[in-house]
Amino acid sequence: MKARLKFSKTGTMRFIGHLDLMRYFQKAFRRADIAISYSQGYSPHQLMSFASPLGIGLSSDAEYMDLVLEDTEQVSDFITRINVVMNDEITVTDFILLREEARSSMSVLAGCDYCIAVKPGKDSFLCEPARRKEMLEQFLGRESVLVLKKTKRSERMEDIRENIYCLTDSPEAFAAFTGRDCRTLSLEKGGYLPVLYCQLTAGSIVNIKPEQVLKALCEQEKETYDPFAYQIHRMEMYADIHAKKGEIHTLASEIPCSLAALSEFERIDSFQ
Amino acid sequence: MRKLALSDDILLSIEKPARYIGGEINMIKKDPSMVDIRFCMCFPDVYEIGMSHLGIQILYDMLNLREDLYCERVYSPWIDLDKIMREEKIPLFALESQDPVKEFDFLGITLQYEMCYTNILQILDLAQIPLKAEERTTEDPFVIGGGPCAYNPEPIADFFDLFYIGEGETVYDDLMDAYKSWKCQKTGRQEFLKMAAQIPGIYVPQFYQPEYHEDGTLADFYKLIPEAPDTIIKQVERDMSHTFYPEKPLVPYIKVTQDRVVLEIQRGCIRGCRFCQAGMLYRPIRPRALEFLKQRAKSMLESTGHDEISLSSLSSSDYRELPDLVYWLIDEFHHKGVNISLPSLRIDAFALDVMSKVQDIRKSSLTFAPEAGSQRMRNVINKGLTEEMILKGAKDAFIGGWNRVKLYFMLGLPGETDADIEQIAVLSDKIAREYYEIPREQRNGKVNIVTSTSIFVPKPFTPFQWAPMISKESAEKKRFFLLDQVKKQLNAKSIKYNCHDADVSELEGVFARGDRRLCNVILEAYQNGCFYDAWSEYFQYDKWVQAFAVHGLDIDFYIKRERGEDEKFPWDFIDIGVSKQFLLNEYHQSMKETVTPNCREKCAGCGAAKFGCGVCVEDRSQ
Repeated sequence: MKARLKFSKTGTMRFIGHLDLMRYFQKAFRRADIAISYSQGYSPHQLMSFASPLGIGLSSDAEYMDLVLEDTEQVSDFITRINVVMNDEITVTDFILLREEARSSMSVLAGCDYCIAVKPGKDSFLCEPARRKEMLEQFLGRESVLVLKKTKRSERMEDIRENIYCLTDSPEAFAAFTGRDCRTLSLEKGGYLPVLYCQLTAGSIVNIKPEQVLKALCEQEKETYDPFAYQIHRMEMYADIHAKKGEIHTLASEIPCSLAALSEFERIDSFQ
Repeated sequence: MRKLALSDDILLSIEKPARYIGGEINMIKKDPSMVDIRFCMCFPDVYEIGMSHLGIQILYDMLNLREDLYCERVYSPWIDLDKIMREEKIPLFALESQDPVKEFDFLGITLQYEMCYTNILQILDLAQIPLKAEERTTEDPFVIGGGPCAYNPEPIADFFDLFYIGEGETVYDDLMDAYKSWKCQKTGRQEFLKMAAQIPGIYVPQFYQPEYHEDGTLADFYKLIPEAPDTIIKQVERDMSHTFYPEKPLVPYIKVTQDRVVLEIQRGCIRGCRFCQAGMLYRPIRPRALEFLKQRAKSMLESTGHDEISLSSLSSSDYRELPDLVYWLIDEFHHKGVNISLPSLRIDAFALDVMSKVQDIRKSSLTFAPEAGSQRMRNVINKGLTEEMILKGAKDAFIGGWNRVKLYFMLGLPGETDADIEQIAVLSDKIAREYYEIPREQRNGKVNIVTSTSIFVPKPFTPFQWAPMISKESAEKKRFFLLDQVKKQLNAKSIKYNCHDADVSELEGVFARGDRRLCNVILEAYQNGCFYDAWSEYFQYDKWVQAFAVHGLDIDFYIKRERGEDEKFPWDFIDIGVSKQFLLNEYHQSMKETVTPNCREKCAGCGAAKFGCGVCVEDRSQ
């Protein structure tokens, strides 16, 4: 039985890396006595995969993990059973059964929403609303936004302008764009000052990091980029509902109308 | 968000920040303001090593059963964070509450190996606690040491207020009760130490004074106050089946060395290998009841979600109900993907059957620890393993599909000759030959033998405590000689030879049998930048040599000479049950190459029977 989990990762759990998070869930499932199917072969492992690894330091209200359950008896009370054995800074918020033909969240991932906030005790040029308005207007009016892309072999400039589907400092405007409520951020509690909201291309073909957008903004404003000043918080992940196998839309002109949150994509609403 | 002692900026600038955030699954949460005693338990090495230690886990659980006490943990900050903490003057903090360790009532440090001694000073230094006990005031925690190295506490005596000699399950409650009553009295630090000194097993070094002969050997060791006992008797948990053992061990977020459930099936060993300190310290052997182990195995696997359980003991094959336990574990848990690991298991039909059920034969290897190459030398060290047993075990395993073998030996054992060393190579080769004896179609590729040697370090409370240790130069020679011998073997290409660093072993030898004068050497080396000495990449031999020179002490004095039979040892004031006379007799037996039967075959009258438990009271007729 294919299933998908949505969970949050906040607070001190920001310092747990991706591989450790995988081991964490493997043990949590065992503690909860939830039987996950194992792969075949000499070193069997639990069949689970994440939509997109979250970097150390980032927080999130919308991480996704796909898994295969041994049997359907695991389904009832899943969220309660798993949360009881977990740390309170990693919390499963949704459990979705998927159609048998559903593709992995990793392969259908097309976009992510992020909130960028200034950390308590830090200062940033983004804190002034008037200046923020002005720089965003200029930024969004640009034909191209070139960023340096480093790979193992080469360094080249890449234009990410068309991969920024939305960038605003207004939660209302962002909510109107995405059709989602963005005020329930778990980071709002800790004295963080949200300054930017953005929706960016994500996935295996093109993956834009919010840090790249921040750096580009700094460059435009001739400010130095202080990576410690910002808390980046993932708010949602989306699949491209029109995507065929291997082709995911990555440009602003094609995308916004065809995104569905991973929790709503290829799900089975009722289970017999 | 849970409070953290380190800022985001720091946590994002260092390796593995999860080492410092605490909050692990099964961590005990208490309100520090609601308890009378705050105890911080420390393993003075990096988190991944410290978190793998069973002893702390047992004590952590046991102490936290007291409602009036909160026991927390701390480990050595890694080099990167150490630097930042010094620069920014951040006091060392406990993982649970993230509060500074200096605010605690106790700092308990487990002493598992000699090469962690400078890390103790790092802990005290970062915690902003005066390094020497005599400099501490009522504002500072009491620093207490325990564990195997506490059986010769003298080289680190100046840094500790107290040592706990023996197994932690027994008198911690008494010590904590004494502390509470002292706290109400509002008297001086000395007053509590006096109370503590009267609790069995507690050693307060500042109440004792060593004096030395002109040749450097110990002349006298006497107490300075009447309340202090003349001898400190080792504390023994007599009933291993009705005592503290965790049911919900901590589950770290990052991968640690022992990323599994550890089940201690018995404590102690019947074998009496003459080089082995643990084998003497933990006498008599005390098995835990099968039902107790089954119950704990189940609760620990369920509460942690670990996918592996390791059965821990000095010699698992001597646990009589081992097959019952292991087959029960396989039946209950193997289908749930739980692996079972059995270190220190003698390779026989049972072991091979278990291993073939729970391990991937192609990946796992067989481990033998003959410790010495020749039968003569194995008689000297009283290691009961014979060549016949090794070859038989290896052959059966090869037929079963294994093709990897690990062999462990020691170099520099008392009376060792070149012929004995040569036999290490010969035995390795004989094992390879066994492999090629089986028909080609039954073989699984080539055989792969890894032969490792470490340098023999004589330890206190062993029959070899009188024996000299070989010099670095001699160790070097022996290594090259063995390497040459390995190359001469028919199957030289199948044998890989590894050896342990001789510089580190030399210092280990000094501290193991050292005296109180070494405190200043350790302090000097630490102040010159030595720490993490157990990590070869950070070990600075030259600085150590310099520190010995500054304090006019000679490395050779501690390790090279054979000690006189009537010499007074710095650790003689500790009574581990096993008598000095028994150890000396064993030393003599070793020189005669005579084997002493194990505890179950025939009682050798070592003295541990006075504890009245374990094998000493077992019915030997079964």
